[in-house]
Amino acid sequence: MRFGKGWVFRAIALSALPGIASCSGVQSALSPRGVEALRIDPLFWTSAAVGLAVTLMVVILVAAALYGPPRWRERLSGDRMLIGGGIVLPIIVLTGLFTYGLLVMQAGAVRGEQETDATVTITGKLWWWEVVYEGPDGKAVLSANELRLPVGRPVRLRLESDNVIHSFWAPQIAGKLDMIPGRTNEVVVEATEPAVSRGQCAEYCGGAHALMAFYVVAMAQAEYDAWLAREAGPAVEPVSEEAARGREIFFEHGCGACHQVRGTEARGVIGPDLTHVGSRKSLAAGMMSNDAQAFARWIVDNQHIKPENKMPPFGQFSEEELSALAAYLDSLE
Amino acid sequence: MNEVRELPNEAPRPANELEELERAWKLPTGFRLITAVNNQVIGILYIGIAFLFFLLAGVLGVIMRTQLAVPENDLVSQDLFNQIFTVHGTTMMFLFAVPAMEALGVLLLPQMLAARDLPFPRLSAFAIWAYIVGGLVFFSTIFYDLAPKGGWFMYPPLTLKEYSPGDNADFWLLGIGFIEISAIAGAIEIIVGVLRTRPPGMSLTRMPIFAWAMLIFAAMIMIAFPAVILATMLLEIERSFGWPFFTADKGGDPLLWQHLFWFFGHPEVYIIFLPAAGLVSMIVPAMARRPLVGYRLIVVALIGTGFFSFGLWVHHMFTTGIPALSLGFFSAASMAVAIPSGIQVFSWIATIASSKERFRITTPSLFVLGFLFIFTVGGVTGVMVALVPLDFQVHDTYFVVAHFHYVLIGGMVFPLFATFYYWIPMVSRKMLSERLGRWVFWLMFIGFNVTFFPMHITGLIGMPRRVWTYPDGLGWNTLNMVSTVGSYILAAGVALFVIDLFLRFRPTMENNAGDPWRAGTLEWLPTGAYSARSIPFVTSREPLWDNPNLGTEVEEGRHFLPGAPTGERETIVTSPVDAKPQYIIRMPGPGWAHLVAAVFMAAAFLLLTVKLVTIALICAVISIAACIVWGWQLDHGPGKGEVDIGAGIKLPTYMAGPRSHAWWAMAVLILVASSLYIAYVFSYLYLWVVSPEVWAPHGSPDLPGFGWPLGTALLLIAGTGSMVLVRRMLPAPGGREPAIPPMLALAAGCLLAAFLAEVWGHWMTGLRPAQNSYGAMVYMASVLNFQVVFACVVLAGFAIARYLTGKLDAERRVGYENAALLYYYAAGQMLLGLVLVHGFPRLAG
Repeated sequence: MRFGKGWVFRAIALSALPGIASCSGVQSALSPRGVEALRIDPLFWTSAAVGLAVTLMVVILVAAALYGPPRWRERLSGDRMLIGGGIVLPIIVLTGLFTYGLLVMQAGAVRGEQETDATVTITGKLWWWEVVYEGPDGKAVLSANELRLPVGRPVRLRLESDNVIHSFWAPQIAGKLDMIPGRTNEVVVEATEPAVSRGQCAEYCGGAHALMAFYVVAMAQAEYDAWLAREAGPAVEPVSEEAARGREIFFEHGCGACHQVRGTEARGVIGPDLTHVGSRKSLAAGMMSNDAQAFARWIVDNQHIKPENKMPPFGQFSEEELSALAAYLDSLE
Repeated sequence: MNEVRELPNEAPRPANELEELERAWKLPTGFRLITAVNNQVIGILYIGIAFLFFLLAGVLGVIMRTQLAVPENDLVSQDLFNQIFTVHGTTMMFLFAVPAMEALGVLLLPQMLAARDLPFPRLSAFAIWAYIVGGLVFFSTIFYDLAPKGGWFMYPPLTLKEYSPGDNADFWLLGIGFIEISAIAGAIEIIVGVLRTRPPGMSLTRMPIFAWAMLIFAAMIMIAFPAVILATMLLEIERSFGWPFFTADKGGDPLLWQHLFWFFGHPEVYIIFLPAAGLVSMIVPAMARRPLVGYRLIVVALIGTGFFSFGLWVHHMFTTGIPALSLGFFSAASMAVAIPSGIQVFSWIATIASSKERFRITTPSLFVLGFLFIFTVGGVTGVMVALVPLDFQVHDTYFVVAHFHYVLIGGMVFPLFATFYYWIPMVSRKMLSERLGRWVFWLMFIGFNVTFFPMHITGLIGMPRRVWTYPDGLGWNTLNMVSTVGSYILAAGVALFVIDLFLRFRPTMENNAGDPWRAGTLEWLPTGAYSARSIPFVTSREPLWDNPNLGTEVEEGRHFLPGAPTGERETIVTSPVDAKPQYIIRMPGPGWAHLVAAVFMAAAFLLLTVKLVTIALICAVISIAACIVWGWQLDHGPGKGEVDIGAGIKLPTYMAGPRSHAWWAMAVLILVASSLYIAYVFSYLYLWVVSPEVWAPHGSPDLPGFGWPLGTALLLIAGTGSMVLVRRMLPAPGGREPAIPPMLALAAGCLLAAFLAEVWGHWMTGLRPAQNSYGAMVYMASVLNFQVVFACVVLAGFAIARYLTGKLDAERRVGYENAALLYYYAAGQMLLGLVLVHGFPRLAG
């Protein structure tokens, strides 16, 4: 009966699933904090429970077919069993699940149709995210690698790409949706509580696909409005001498050719907008914490931190220059 | 067939009959063994190479697991990891799974059908050698940083020149495209083999389930593979010449690739699973010592699976932003396909329950039971991912990685190992060790579940697939470590199996270990190099159970065709439904031509990859020349008259026309070509839906005037007429009809002229293929036409040469018939193309 033991073990492992789920992290679909994700969550648990039941049933039937008393085995070998278990049962179970799935999908589709007062356009880049908000005056507000959401308000995400296919996935908020060149995919999302969660590109996009993440910051409406107003404004002037020196270095070395810092001459559009880079949760699309040291490391060593990324490493700075540059960038809050 | 009551034939056999048979089927010795075509020999070679690819790709899998054991690991670089997972997936799908199943078809089918060989022995050998050379070169690219890194589904735009410069992607496109051609050759062999070389009396309803599964498998390959062949052609052409099929700016669409790829890719999963299910349906009754419960339902289930599997491809694209209505349809279809699988699972359970005494627990049955469990879990998670909203979360995560490894390893690898343990006694002097076998099973079963079960959770808590590393602190560390440990256990199980092979596997054709399971089907008849000594008359599904003496009778030559009456290799061709004997097929033996053709064709494709165009063309010419030499040796003509196969039945030794196996093979090939063309028509219309703005007459130059398509059509009709007339003019054997060569040349010329007229007409309007997706699609029709036109011209030339050497007449006419059949198809395809390319824009515009 060694077989029986193996299967019992598996069944225990399966039933341990809820335990594991409760300790899951910031990128987990099992700790939903958005309307879409919350709707999918019970669908998952329902289908997982049905699946577990079906698996157990098959295990028990096989065990009975192998070791059961002759009367059971005779019953099991009849045509009735075949038609009941192989056709009728799956049709009933699948119809139930399918209907439930369809209802959840329909709810999402209906939300997609509704009017929203906030729209964010996110464009997949190699390998980071360009995020464009609609500012208070209707003007586009350029940002990157982070999505801020007002809690309790539906927000329309417009997902695009101008290079290869990416897929935008913030598991706590909603399911994923692809970013396909030549198309705009839209989804309406709504965060249900203020929290920071993480998302990641889910469609393999070559090179540094594994290193293309972002944070989602859900905040109360008032805070969000205040943040958006700040984000729409130009970059702050350097406050320290070191930061001012850093700004000079930034322009001397042509950083502005690729990066934009609104309110300055830096108007590059190849790399992420840096106007308020210091206030973001992370650097390098979710790869590093955001502090002066991280800026310095990134500038010198970015090809090691994120191989194949489009920024060349700048190894020519003296330690002093580097720290000034990092201080400037860090000050851009 | 009243005569068959005389079987077994009691008369003493002629003295030298067995020697004659042995001489005809003798294996070449020494290095000439590579020219062998016997299905047992090349079948073992085929499965051996497929298994080698399983081991190689498995090693890549273990390397990936090692890299992912801990977060932020840098054991493997990003670039190498991207190559590794691409090659792992590609190798497992294209170089292991499908070839392994075709190999089992080559090895097992003729034995199960008691045929002496498959109907086209050299075609199988050709396909196998092409696969070996192409596959090994493809795999080796991983060693010198040339391996493709676009993932096994190679989505553009990532795989376009702009984002994937270098030859890496071309190795995938040309290498895999080429191997698919070899798979199609195998499928033709299997279809004709199953339908036409069954033993007398084995009607379709008496066929072993495995033969049913292989028949459906081959039919699915015919429909599915052309879609991906077209896709690889389009992508390679876009990469090389800039025809914008997938570039959105010029009216192309990256999703076209996904549709074509998954129209192939989803059936592919069932293409792999159905034969495996067929194998299980053979092993379970043997271990239960009872016939399969629900044979007819299983056949219906197999057909149903094949049918449904073409309606689900979009479930790989749920997250691409497709409208909810189509999502609902494909979700329903994806769930419906679970029903045929349910039927099969319950039928196996019922058969197990019906066992005589108890179901025997042997190594093969352990693997079958392991399969039942793993496959059920994979099926259940399959239903979960078919739920569209749930798929939005788990798509492209480790949940899906877990799901498809449960389906593929559970649904295919476990049955394959059951197969190894079960059928090795048929081809080896010793059977494998039942004791080691239990260790192999438990290591693999535990290792598999420990590796892949945690991945469900890893995916749910956010880990996407195809990442070479992951950060610390997301809660993924422990699960990944457990998976890695599991993969080592799984690898240990496989390694132990390899040891068992080394210790006990001793291939043989004469002195096999015999039937240790006392199974009921014909592959367990005593055999020699010629397979069964005589071909039995079959009256039931388990002939060996119903007539325990059948083995002895067959071995003593008391059934059909106990010798080699023509002095050559031969087997009986029977009618496709009720298996009435029709004629004796004379089959070619060992030879070099098919081998040269295979090696040089592989070389041509691979050299094209690295852009050595001239040498590639030379190789292609050599390959085609070898094909012509090979073909020249076939079509023996009716010279040997009729022969007696026993029980008073006399059969002709030559056949032309719709009854002949050659005609059937050409018909199957034409079905493949039409699948390819239908995929093209779909692509044309699809791109029009996406980008009508680039279509003529508004977005592109006006179409050429009506005179062009009309003239082209007239050329096609004239050529067809000429071809039809040739059939009527074929002289009686020995006679002459000097008009035949010019008529054949005229037909070929018309076809060529029609092709050129179509290209020239569009060129004159100023339309260029690189201009936009419309131009690309218009010229693509001619690319596809060129393929068939080229083949028709070669075949017409071949027929002319046959006539001039006195090998073509009203009776001996296979050479003409193949050319004519393909010609009619080519003309039809081109006429349809004219309607589409010249008619559609006028209608739609």
